[in-house]
Amino acid sequence: MSLTRQEVEKIAHLARLSISEQEMPIYVSSLSSIVDFVAELARADTGNVAPMAHPLVGLHQRLRGDVVTETDQHERYQANAPSVQAALYVVPRVIE
Amino acid sequence: MLHTLSIGALSDLLGRREVSSVELTRHFLARIERHDAALNSLITTTADQALAAAADADRRLQRGETGPLLGIPLIHKDIFCTEGVRTSCGSRMLDNFVAPYDATVVERLRSAGGVMLGKANMDEFAMGSSNETSYYGPVKNPWDISKVPGGSSGGSAAATAARLAPYATGTDTGGSIRQPAALTGITGIKPTYGRVSRYGIVAFASSLDQAGVFARSAADAATVLQAMAGFDPRDSTSVDVPVPDYAASLAQPLKGLKIGLLAEFFDGLEARNVALIEAALAVYRSLGAETVDVSLPHLPLSVPTYYVVAPAECSSNLSRFDGVRFGYRCADPKDLMDLYKRSRGEGFGPEVKRRIMTGTYVLSAGYFDAYYLKAQKARQLITDEFRAAFTQVDLLLGPTTPTPAFAIGAKVDDPITMYLNDIYTIGANLAGLPGLSMPCGSIDGLPMGLQLIGPHFAEARVLNAAHQYQLATDWHLQTPRGYE
Repeated sequence: MSLTRQEVEKIAHLARLSISEQEMPIYVSSLSSIVDFVAELARADTGNVAPMAHPLVGLHQRLRGDVVTETDQHERYQANAPSVQAALYVVPRVIE
Repeated sequence: MLHTLSIGALSDLLGRREVSSVELTRHFLARIERHDAALNSLITTTADQALAAAADADRRLQRGETGPLLGIPLIHKDIFCTEGVRTSCGSRMLDNFVAPYDATVVERLRSAGGVMLGKANMDEFAMGSSNETSYYGPVKNPWDISKVPGGSSGGSAAATAARLAPYATGTDTGGSIRQPAALTGITGIKPTYGRVSRYGIVAFASSLDQAGVFARSAADAATVLQAMAGFDPRDSTSVDVPVPDYAASLAQPLKGLKIGLLAEFFDGLEARNVALIEAALAVYRSLGAETVDVSLPHLPLSVPTYYVVAPAECSSNLSRFDGVRFGYRCADPKDLMDLYKRSRGEGFGPEVKRRIMTGTYVLSAGYFDAYYLKAQKARQLITDEFRAAFTQVDLLLGPTTPTPAFAIGAKVDDPITMYLNDIYTIGANLAGLPGLSMPCGSIDGLPMGLQLIGPHFAEARVLNAAHQYQLATDWHLQTPRGYE
């Protein structure tokens, strides 16, 4: 099954990725071959098999107590942000 | 020749004050200075911090403190967060990211007295099998610098093989420790899923990612894994199972050990690779092990299963890179959508974008059942088959890779061919099993790896079997020319 350019453009939009004109044909062809490759899975008889949730039998996601364990470290974490003002992350205007 | 010594031998020298950690650290920093321009195995060298940490280790030794890793230098893959030191993950996206905290692995090795020399080059976000997707350029294989070192932990492998550090950390999502260990002639272990904390490791595919070790022998790897392994409440999938004493079981005789040979691993394997495995089996038989033929009929579906599950998790994990809170931001965004799309489009390299899009596709409406759900069912089938095999055998043995290291540039234009490098390693990740690769000979003058896979939490047995092989052979002692 081959993906069309329109399909790849839609995927790129969903993934919030800008793809240049020059890159687009490369993704159309490589993603098509990957989709063909993984389509091999259709051959597997998985009739009664439940989808795997955890590789270790009997283990499940642990929950922690609902208690405050984090202290306020916003200055430290925001030191890595591209743009911060008054402890807020700055982005282009969203509401006109 | 400090760089030729094992971790145990270095630790003895430090303990007897015949060498100081500062001297040892200077020795390895000098080797990095001399060799790394050609290898490109490090993204960041942290000489000043290393010398300070070494001085601290010397004070601890002076006070009479002991420990197998106290004062021993190491290199961390640049996927582990290191407080105050850039943690790039091989990506332009994180080129400016200075981690605000340490990964649990980093913290544990530091408290054990480890001295970090720097951060190793890697495939971008650990996505690659050749270390060619790094924003910082490809890593060269010390056995032949026209060849790849494997990936994604290619820098950690090349640096350990070139004796730029006694050991290095890595992560393995589909073979990223075992495959580069094989291609560079060293020992690499990926523990059971959940054995080592993932806290502070930049996430790629959370149900598969596991941290491990590159070293020059199974005995050294056992020493390092001992310090890394164990329960961590900060990783929700960390497993609270006691860590056995790995060093204590290394000497156990292998008499009666049942080694399983997977039919699917030998189907289509090149004759020279088969001959290496046969030679290794002869060694194991001489040590008293028995071999048993086993089959995992669904194992051939590992690679397609992986290339649905891993990209799906990657597309979800990498959605956090939005150009807002940390990481790369594009210049002059015209609106928020433009900011997201161009920051991600410019910050991620081609392979990462390919995987994000693959994952987005298999999770999207209309395709979820056919791809993602189907892959998770296939994953369960493969895992059940492994589990059944381990009721008959103690370990599985096979090749690590189909071929030795290939030329830089040879496979970059063909993702599927590149993905098939991991054909023998991916199964252990899907089933969460511990796996180890160690050198077992060479093809065309390049090292080849032998892979051992054990049941869940059987790292001690895997390390024991590898150590016994290394006592009987000397493949692991071979050093690439120019790095002796």
